[in-house]
Amino acid sequence: MSKPKVFEKPIGVKDYLPHAVGKLRQIENNVLACMRSWGYEQIMTPTMEYYDTVGVASATSDQKLFKLLNNRGTTLVLRSDMTAPIARVVSSLLKDSEFPLRLSYHSNVFRSIEEEAGREAEFFQTGVELVGDASPEADAEVVALAIASLQAAGVERFKIAIGHVGFLNGLFEETLKGHEEAQEELKACLLGRDYVGYRERLRALALAEPVQRELEGILRLRGGQEICNQALQLSADATAQASIRHLCEVWDVLGAYGVCEHVMIDLTMIGDFDYYTGMTFEGYAADLGFPVVSGGRYDNLLKQFGRPAPATGFSLKTTRILELIGDHSGDTKPRVLIGYIAGGREAALDKALRLREAGDAIIVTEKLDAAEQLIALNLEASASNDGKILYKGVTFETFLPFFGNEDREVR
Amino acid sequence: MGTEERDNLTGSPETGLPKRELLKVAMPKGRIYKQASKLFREAGLPIPSDFDDTRKLIIELPEAGMSFIMAKPVDVPTYVEYGVADIGIVGKDVLMEENKDVYELLDLGIAKCRMSVIGLPDWKPIINPRVATKYPNVASQYFRELGQQVEVIKLNGSIELAPLIGLADRIVDMVETGQTLRENGLVEMQTIFGITSRLIANRVSYRMKNEAIQGLCDKLQHTIAAGVKA
Repeated sequence: MSKPKVFEKPIGVKDYLPHAVGKLRQIENNVLACMRSWGYEQIMTPTMEYYDTVGVASATSDQKLFKLLNNRGTTLVLRSDMTAPIARVVSSLLKDSEFPLRLSYHSNVFRSIEEEAGREAEFFQTGVELVGDASPEADAEVVALAIASLQAAGVERFKIAIGHVGFLNGLFEETLKGHEEAQEELKACLLGRDYVGYRERLRALALAEPVQRELEGILRLRGGQEICNQALQLSADATAQASIRHLCEVWDVLGAYGVCEHVMIDLTMIGDFDYYTGMTFEGYAADLGFPVVSGGRYDNLLKQFGRPAPATGFSLKTTRILELIGDHSGDTKPRVLIGYIAGGREAALDKALRLREAGDAIIVTEKLDAAEQLIALNLEASASNDGKILYKGVTFETFLPFFGNEDREVR
Repeated sequence: MGTEERDNLTGSPETGLPKRELLKVAMPKGRIYKQASKLFREAGLPIPSDFDDTRKLIIELPEAGMSFIMAKPVDVPTYVEYGVADIGIVGKDVLMEENKDVYELLDLGIAKCRMSVIGLPDWKPIINPRVATKYPNVASQYFRELGQQVEVIKLNGSIELAPLIGLADRIVDMVETGQTLRENGLVEMQTIFGITSRLIANRVSYRMKNEAIQGLCDKLQHTIAAGVKA
């Protein structure tokens, strides 16, 4: 690769200019306030972790981790999500805290990516983890909170799809007993969203007609509560049955939260089988090509840190939502320009201090030279017409001159 | 086009409701398009046949609830992955090469051909094998799985030239009838995989517009099944 030009930065990382940061902060604050109102307390963890602890435990595949060496030659990773660091904290610093623990976070995470545009190497996630509660109530709580968070962020049209890894595991175990390789292949097809490949492999297995139809039918298991009932008929396997019953209960609790209109059940929606252990879900916003929320139950993670516990949670991709939210944000406070010459400095800065303490406006002070003083006086004159002043490319609602004769201070 | 599209998004002022959203379909220009539009018509979708020769890039079909985006075939998965098209039609060859994160919903059974390794009839293993192809990812992966280390050379057209003039000892390319190969004295050595066109969908659209996409999918599947039986 040629030497980068001075303005270039690594692929997949971004600068955020004031306008975007304003929106981003607003989204974060609203979402974090929403999470706080549900009893989730925010924590922070370091950007770097050991590869052998958090790196290995995280759901991110090895080749997508940013790895670096410290001065002792130990491999470190830039955190690729917040779930594994939080599991580490829960099992160490918080090991004496009673379950359930409700924790929230907002932080940047890192994933090394292929050359493709649109995929970010660093992005922001806002999320929660509910640790120490295995009940359907807990799963429903995080789904309902995900919905509340999307609404708090200002996303208007969205949908949450929920599934359960146990259903497919159970169904495959029942119908394809002893064909572990075939099970893995079929799961890989579903994970890769390759329905054509899934059907082809099913046909190649030459199963009995009803079994084949049943396994092809799961591609259509998508909709409301009726899907649960259909799925219960499909498999007598204990794991599958228990999974569906769990999902039915989650649905009932979501009904009590009054959010079912936003939720669909999709039993083909599966996350990483090695990581997720129960319900999984994804959130989609209209007009955005990529999911904005993902989450689920991961009951095997905590035990890797020595404190086995069930856990469930989600993360919201805050930087993606940024693209969706209209511009009804920003600082609505009026901007005041205080212009002064040497003789008026003390009075000007004193005035600025008092106005800033009052907190009703944004105050900018500028020392003006003689020529600018003249221009400023003209500005003030013209301001009486339209009420706004454009000074060095910035618009101000008010101009306060301090030119040494304080009696001019009229406001 | 610009204002029309915006109207679709903001909805009509009288009702305040969004107009029925059109399903955005990325269609591959060229070889596959004719067969795909024929299939759509057979499935009962009102697609005028004179569209086959149009030079317009975006064609709205409100009566079918769709708008067509006429794209270069190799770009179709990209449009769909980013969600600027909800669904698309694309050959399996492109899907294998581009490796995008999209739903592969349906085998349309059209534009049948195959991906093959091709060489001169008297080919013998050589020390530094070179393979020319339009599909470098497909070729690399295939030979890697065979445990062979080959140098893959990316070409953009007339791949058959490469073994004839000594640029590469073999090529990986799509074979439909084999006519070009025969005329140039080349033979198919191995078939890598069979190719047909597929219906693909964006991850979000598949959920947000599930009814429309599933409906279209069912109609097409029905038509394809009927065609197979007939």
